[in-house]
Amino acid sequence: MSMVKLTKTEKRIAFRQKVLDLAGANIMRCYQCGECSGGCPESAVMDLLPNQVIHKIQLGDESVLDTNTFWICSSCLICSARCPKGIDIAKVMESLREISLRAKKSYVTLEALTKEELEELPQIALISSFKKQTS
Amino acid sequence: MTEKIAYYPGCTAKSYAKYMDLTAREVMKKFDIELVELTRWTCCGTFFGLAEDNLTSQLAPMRNMIRTREDGFTDLTTTCSMCYNTLKRANILIQNDEEKASRLNAFMYEEEDYEGDVRVWHLLELLLEKVDIAGIAKKIVNPLKGLKVAPYYGCTLLRPKEVTIDKNPEKPTILSDLIFALGAEAVETPYMTECCGSYLTVKDKHLVADRTNRIIGSAARREADLLVVSCPLCQFNLDRRQKEARELNSALPEIPVVYFTQLMALALGVDVKELGFHEHYVDPTPVLRKRKLLGTPMKVPVKVKK
Ligand code: SF4
Ligand code: SF4
Ligand code: SF4
Ligand code: SF4
Repeated sequence: MSMVKLTKTEKRIAFRQKVLDLAGANIMRCYQCGECSGGCPESAVMDLLPNQVIHKIQLGDESVLDTNTFWICSSCLICSARCPKGIDIAKVMESLREISLRAKKSYVTLEALTKEELEELPQIALISSFKKQTS
Repeated sequence: MTEKIAYYPGCTAKSYAKYMDLTAREVMKKFDIELVELTRWTCCGTFFGLAEDNLTSQLAPMRNMIRTREDGFTDLTTTCSMCYNTLKRANILIQNDEEKASRLNAFMYEEEDYEGDVRVWHLLELLLEKVDIAGIAKKIVNPLKGLKVAPYYGCTLLRPKEVTIDKNPEKPTILSDLIFALGAEAVETPYMTECCGSYLTVKDKHLVADRTNRIIGSAARREADLLVVSCPLCQFNLDRRQKEARELNSALPEIPVVYFTQLMALALGVDVKELGFHEHYVDPTPVLRKRKLLGTPMKVPVKVKK
């Protein structure tokens, strides 16, 4: 495991502030109980668990943007419903998506979908995926 | 007298889920409620936008509320649980956040100002409020005797707690109550409130297939004949993705996935040919035939025993 440097560089502070602005200041209250990750249906395939993402954000660690966690998150809100500290973790995941999408990093592209897939998938699937995963 | 209520079908209800829409209308007619489709409506945008600084995703749901007022209604209902969630949450935002509401209104300067005074209902919630469980049971002409139905709520009917249609979102019972009212037996599974994978079905269908395998598998272990849902995306993931799920687990049995409105229509005596079962990946007809539920329904309501 790599060591996290706790130096408070401006870049780290700015990144943390951006997430706090988008998702709520109470992220700092997380005490790492793990309830969010325990209930998350997708945690088994995530690079980082939801509670680890929260921790990295507290530290202003931008490397969370390189993980698949927030793209794999399906906004099911189980984590947000169960967090004992009232943190809206799903909203944190959305803020990481928004930061990536605003930097023109998409997870899904229309061109990558085959004709068969486009014919098979209902609107509700396409629209929600494009809303969450394309810039 | 027939009561009229504004109805928002949602775009998927006009295509992939058209039998959810058609059966919803039929069912409500049986209870003297007419669903009046909004004269103009737009896609709600599927998901409620969560980012604090991005109001654009609230415009589409808000416009639909404005259309509701224009059509002279104060109440709006929809069957798609995802539409329900998005419309309801946007409405709550407008009610509770004056600053955001005024920015949204200013942006849509060509529209009448909207202040959040439409009440948004999920169709099931509306039925339970206006007709109630006993009232539903009273109209049953084809009791679904011997049919074991697994309720599947998914996410958007229950979360967040501000919009839940069941007072206990961690252990909801409304779908089970409905299933019993139709004369069938509810078999609850531990996955009934867990996400089906939602929009991951576009890029990561193997992840959804894995969830489908678990959800359908747990219903199969409890010997469910079918699953009941209220969301076209849940329906797609749990029905169509059984194909990919079977590639992961060849022993996975086939279980049909139907909308609650289709099941209600069947119990209320609507002709089975009008329920759209032929469009499902896993056809519900064989198991319904096996349970002898496809005969001619009685003319008069049959008392359903609990
Ligand atoms: S549930 Fe809340 S407090 Fe617990 S680890 Fe997750 S975010 Fe932190
Ligand atoms: S909202 Fe995302 S992070 Fe939270 S439990 Fe659901 S999938 Fe996991
Ligand atoms: S949630 Fe879906 S089905 Fe409902 S209107 Fe919006 S996109 Fe269409
Ligand atoms: S589609 Fe899946 S994600 Fe959506 S409400 Fe249904 S269960 Fe949840």
